[in-house]
Amino acid sequence: MVSATSGGFETHGTVALGLGGPEVVMSAVPGSGFLSKNKGLGITFWVCLGWVVFMILLAVLASTLPLKAPNFQDYSAVNVGPSTHHLLGTDDLGRDLLSRVIFGSRVSLVIGFVPILIGLVIGGATGLLAGYRSGVADTVLNAVSFVLLAFPALLAIMVIETFWKPVSLFKLTIMFAFVSSPLLFRVIRATTLSFSSREFVVAARATGAKTSRLLLRELLPNVVPAAVSFALIGVALAIVLEGSLAYLGLSIGLPTSSLGNIINDGVNSNNLSVNPYIALWPSLYIFLLLTALNLMADRLRSYFDLREVSL
Amino acid sequence: MLRFIATRLVQLVVICFLISVFAFLLVHLLPGDPTLAILGPNDTPASRAVLLHQLGLNKGLVAQYGTWIVNIFHGNLGASFLTKQTVTNALGVAVPIDLELIVVSQVLALIVAIPMALVAALRPNRIFDRVATTSTFAMLSLPTFVAGPLLVLVFAVTLKWVPATGFNRISQGLGPNLKSVILPSVALAIGSITVYYRLLRADLIATLQEDFVTMARSKGLSTRYILMRHVMRPSSFSLLAGAGISIGTLFTGAFVVEVLFQLPGIGYQLVQAIYSRDYLVVQGMALVAAVAFVVVNFGVDFLLTILDPRVRRA
Repeated sequence: MVSATSGGFETHGTVALGLGGPEVVMSAVPGSGFLSKNKGLGITFWVCLGWVVFMILLAVLASTLPLKAPNFQDYSAVNVGPSTHHLLGTDDLGRDLLSRVIFGSRVSLVIGFVPILIGLVIGGATGLLAGYRSGVADTVLNAVSFVLLAFPALLAIMVIETFWKPVSLFKLTIMFAFVSSPLLFRVIRATTLSFSSREFVVAARATGAKTSRLLLRELLPNVVPAAVSFALIGVALAIVLEGSLAYLGLSIGLPTSSLGNIINDGVNSNNLSVNPYIALWPSLYIFLLLTALNLMADRLRSYFDLREVSL
Repeated sequence: MLRFIATRLVQLVVICFLISVFAFLLVHLLPGDPTLAILGPNDTPASRAVLLHQLGLNKGLVAQYGTWIVNIFHGNLGASFLTKQTVTNALGVAVPIDLELIVVSQVLALIVAIPMALVAALRPNRIFDRVATTSTFAMLSLPTFVAGPLLVLVFAVTLKWVPATGFNRISQGLGPNLKSVILPSVALAIGSITVYYRLLRADLIATLQEDFVTMARSKGLSTRYILMRHVMRPSSFSLLAGAGISIGTLFTGAFVVEVLFQLPGIGYQLVQAIYSRDYLVVQGMALVAAVAFVVVNFGVDFLLTILDPRVRRA
């Protein structure tokens, strides 16, 4: 599901990326930057950030929180609605849904953040260099990223893990990092390209600054906003991708249920009509998480004036 | 222009070649003797001989690829050793379903997104625009595996308007057929609506500020006429680009939707083959799906280039 709608669109630092789930078409517009009309990132951004941090903390601290064991089957409380004993109710096997959702979120969050961070490092380093020094290396890297992006990611991951058994969190992380690197490479390369001929870079070069200084002190700070904003969307994409895999029963197997597995449980065998909560809670979790990530990315884009453009 | 098309065609061929190499190598990712895994319970001398011949496993890697790709160009994508069904037959069943899903969902998405974008772009930042933009934001956070179950819960389980699962072919009547594809299509359309709406709205707002629109207004033309005749056309390129972009979403979404609603499309059959470890079917289907994806993507790109000369500058 990762598609690059081709080289044709990358004029003037514009990148068109076709991805599953959230879509972005953005360009880094040089010139406006930090002194835009918005004074701050606004309350929405901070609320969303707080929410995401809260969700991460819940997942990290899940074992120490007073939660019931996610796989403990309490047959005296099967399919009960939300109550003081089970805040979100239980599923068809009497398992506590709050605990299942929080433990299930661990896989989603790890797959969401870790590969994107790896991709940010790989894609960032190569993108920065390629964007600054357009040359053979740039052409080659660009072609490679283009070829990699032409593969539909969900299909590739599904098929690779069928043959590359058994599925593990480590393997999934590697595959997701592999998928996200070319995306981040393109965004960072395009942004770097749009800055590398600007006056302050030329001036710095004229004063005899070393390449490392140019890259780290002049270009990097200007590339970071676009990179972070896009990385947030990347996290959302990865979470959607992992969720889809888990929904199809192709993510990490039992007993580690991830959110997609729980939704699938909730849809199977009459559960939806008997106890819709099983599917509802993990859906709500994903919805709120994605909304927070998308809103943050959106705020960053408008704050730093990384405009969404029409092609 | 010709040069451009030639370059893109070469790229397309290279990518398809790489996909085929990739698909070919998949079998070699299997741990141990791949024939054991592929044949599974059907490990008879006869089927082993067929497999060895088909994969050319006793030859070198390059020769194996040669055997394999020649078979494919002869329309032999492999056959399941479990069900005896050929991949080509399975695709014959699956492809029409996928096409129908995509067409219906895209028509739905355009029917919703175009009027929404038109009304929103006419008065940006007013109430309708804000409500519409916010709701597309919410849709952005509803992946298919979340939206699908919700739709089933509301329309199939609670309201009982449509069946929750199953597929009726068009030969069984248009009514039953549409009933079985409408929910899956809506689930798929949600992602596309967001893409189309956002792109078209941004483009419309920009086009509405052009001088020729002011000129048309000063001639006293009605807003409706200006929108339809002057503004929609230059703004529709982003829609097409959006269509290209949403192919990726559609692809992922279609897999989930087919499994959820049990529609025997490519995604459903591929997942079934993965569950039953029918490796050759997985390989054949993945190859076709990946090539189809790439070709459609390039097709949209071509169309865009032909229609909008501005893209060609690169």
